[in-house]
Amino acid sequence: MTRFSLAAISAAALLLFASPSFAMTIFVSNEKDNTITVLNGETLEVIKTIKTARRPRGIILSPDYKELFVAAGDGDIMDVIDTKTLEVTRQLESGPDPELMAVDSKGDTIYIANEDDSLVTIMDVKSGEVLAEVPVGVEPEGMVVSSDDRYTAATSESTSMAHIIDNGSKALVANVLVDSRPREAKFTKDNKELWVSSEVGGTISVIDTSNWDDPGSWKVTKKIGFEVQGVRPEQLQPVGMDFSADGKLAFVPLGPSNRVAVIDTATKEVKDYILVGQRPWHGELSPDGKKYYVANGLTNDLTVIDVESLKAEKSVPVGRLPWGVAIMP
Amino acid sequence: MWTLSFGKLSESCKALVTLIVLTVVVPALIAPAHAEAEDAAGPAAAPAPDKAAPAVSGGGKTEMKTMRVVYLGKEYPEPLPLSYAEKPVPNKGLEGARLMLKEANQAGNFVGHSFELVEAVVPEDGDVVGKAKELLAAGDRFFLADLEPDDLLAVADLPDAKDAVIMNIRSSATKLRQEDCRVNVFHIIPDYAMRADALAQYLIWKKWPRWFVIRRETPQDQDYLAQVKRSAARFGGKVVTDKVYDLPPGARNLDSGHQQIQAQIPMETEEASDHDVVWVINSDDDFGDYLLYRTSLPRPVVGTQGLQATAWDKSYTESGAMHFQNAIPRIAKRPPVERDYTAWLGFRSLADSAMKSGKTTPKELKAYMLSDEFRLEGFKGQAMSFRTWDHQMRQPIILGGGTRVPVSTSPQEGFLHPTNLTDTLGFDKPETKCKFK
Repeated sequence: MTRFSLAAISAAALLLFASPSFAMTIFVSNEKDNTITVLNGETLEVIKTIKTARRPRGIILSPDYKELFVAAGDGDIMDVIDTKTLEVTRQLESGPDPELMAVDSKGDTIYIANEDDSLVTIMDVKSGEVLAEVPVGVEPEGMVVSSDDRYTAATSESTSMAHIIDNGSKALVANVLVDSRPREAKFTKDNKELWVSSEVGGTISVIDTSNWDDPGSWKVTKKIGFEVQGVRPEQLQPVGMDFSADGKLAFVPLGPSNRVAVIDTATKEVKDYILVGQRPWHGELSPDGKKYYVANGLTNDLTVIDVESLKAEKSVPVGRLPWGVAIMP
Repeated sequence: MWTLSFGKLSESCKALVTLIVLTVVVPALIAPAHAEAEDAAGPAAAPAPDKAAPAVSGGGKTEMKTMRVVYLGKEYPEPLPLSYAEKPVPNKGLEGARLMLKEANQAGNFVGHSFELVEAVVPEDGDVVGKAKELLAAGDRFFLADLEPDDLLAVADLPDAKDAVIMNIRSSATKLRQEDCRVNVFHIIPDYAMRADALAQYLIWKKWPRWFVIRRETPQDQDYLAQVKRSAARFGGKVVTDKVYDLPPGARNLDSGHQQIQAQIPMETEEASDHDVVWVINSDDDFGDYLLYRTSLPRPVVGTQGLQATAWDKSYTESGAMHFQNAIPRIAKRPPVERDYTAWLGFRSLADSAMKSGKTTPKELKAYMLSDEFRLEGFKGQAMSFRTWDHQMRQPIILGGGTRVPVSTSPQEGFLHPTNLTDTLGFDKPETKCKFK
């Protein structure tokens, strides 16, 4: 840094602030179109629509942002897209019906939920070699790797559990019962809690993971519920969960209620409900943490939420039945 | 959220940025903000209690709690499919129970529960009540009952069945929820009142309130008819004509069947008063499908054929339903039918209650299933539970049948209820004739 003059930096800063989301690219998986919509993060214009194998749902970027992984459930395959050329360059034999996945921080290992086979497939990202298959509950979906790469948490929708896998031994080490139909799991940024959203139960279970060395001791210590006047309780169905850049807020798309809940992670209270399009399930924060983008499955669009004001700013059309969002700086 | 490393970020920027100066400056500006974010994460988290509790791990070795569930059925004669192209479905219901056995053990394995399934299906001339006696004497108390009403009641009324939990997965007879209700019987399958209400709500929403009923005279058909009339009175519809179709079900064996039917159906339907839909009630499935596209007036057909109100349909894919649509063919080599779903859900009610409550006695499980804690997931997009007044499972009802995608799901928008919208389907508490003893 020091070899550059301050002037150069401020000049660049001006440029940068003129277009704060410079060059950011947004990827949205369209479950019914079998495509990925690629949007320019600044103009929100469609750059490209990439054809994938059938029923793309979970999408994530490699830690170096060079590759985008797309779980194509009905194709029984994982498409890998080169984020520079925006072409599918290779496929990973993910096992049947992949739905969601997570990559470790080094980008070496990918953990895939095989919904139909009740398995978590652990795979080497580069070679595509299956390193292990861990049997979990019925209909695994949510997948997350802790930031220290030590554990992977998988949710099983039918069995209503969060399963904890020790990534070192690749063995199941704990199972925590949560409310009905758990969809996603996320560790808080400090790894002191594991949050699990239960779609049909209508709650988020907060699991205390402060005893990090002993997952067997992890217990649900708090359940966060949702309430909106005039909205029937059964429509308040938490699915995705994304923590703000500072970890102070959690954004939770609430499916059929057409809202995103904003939770204060310290008090575990819901601060706000933001009206978006129909049936939002998954979203993602911009790398600078200033915007939250959420895919609305039934209105086929993507809503942009401003994190500071907690206001929905606009919605832009994407493909049919949009599911997941991934963002590259 | 990825942890950004300096080198990696500049690499990705190089690819995207043409201004050379920015390749270095962008990370310079982002990196401090990112470092800040990491620092901020600490204080935001809840204070961590430093308890060194040597709790037993969920995957640890605890003693397994075992539960045995009986699938009690009888091979009643069932009507053959109207078309030769459609094969009779073997093991309706049983395959759903077999799937749940597998799934319950998969889940139970993690939390110290195991499940067994006893398949007790007697032949057509078999003594199912005797079989039940035998199983009750051996200590069995949990039953999935694939039984017609008379047999179901005979089993439920056995002295040893007093403390049993019997899941009705087969019969839609309303009397089982009304005057003939039993405290040891739970109804997974919707009754005719729920089915009629589910269709009626949709027809009223469509502003199609005039219904031409055409039916046979079986006890099931008469029951369904009474419920259609009840729905009409509840929601503002009207049965404008009630016609008994009494031609014999011969066409299955006629080479030129369609010729005869094509001439017959318009004649059978031409004298009805002005109507918006034809509501066919034909549980024996021996003429209902002939009505489609053949009625005197061009009218949609609903009821036991045409648009049907059902707990499961081959077109249904919402709310994770593809799991069940895919899982049944893997074990049964055929697609799921409604009774597979009700058997699966009945078993699931028991297994879920056992695992969530940690209890396995009939008394404790019954109490749990009737409590507010019981919130069952079954691919309907909302938690399901039992009505305390008649033990009927409250559930959304699919409107489908014959279409490649479902038409709708009831309850419909605008049909309100103070506590549960699904209680607008079937007998609500104030209307119940059920008196548990």
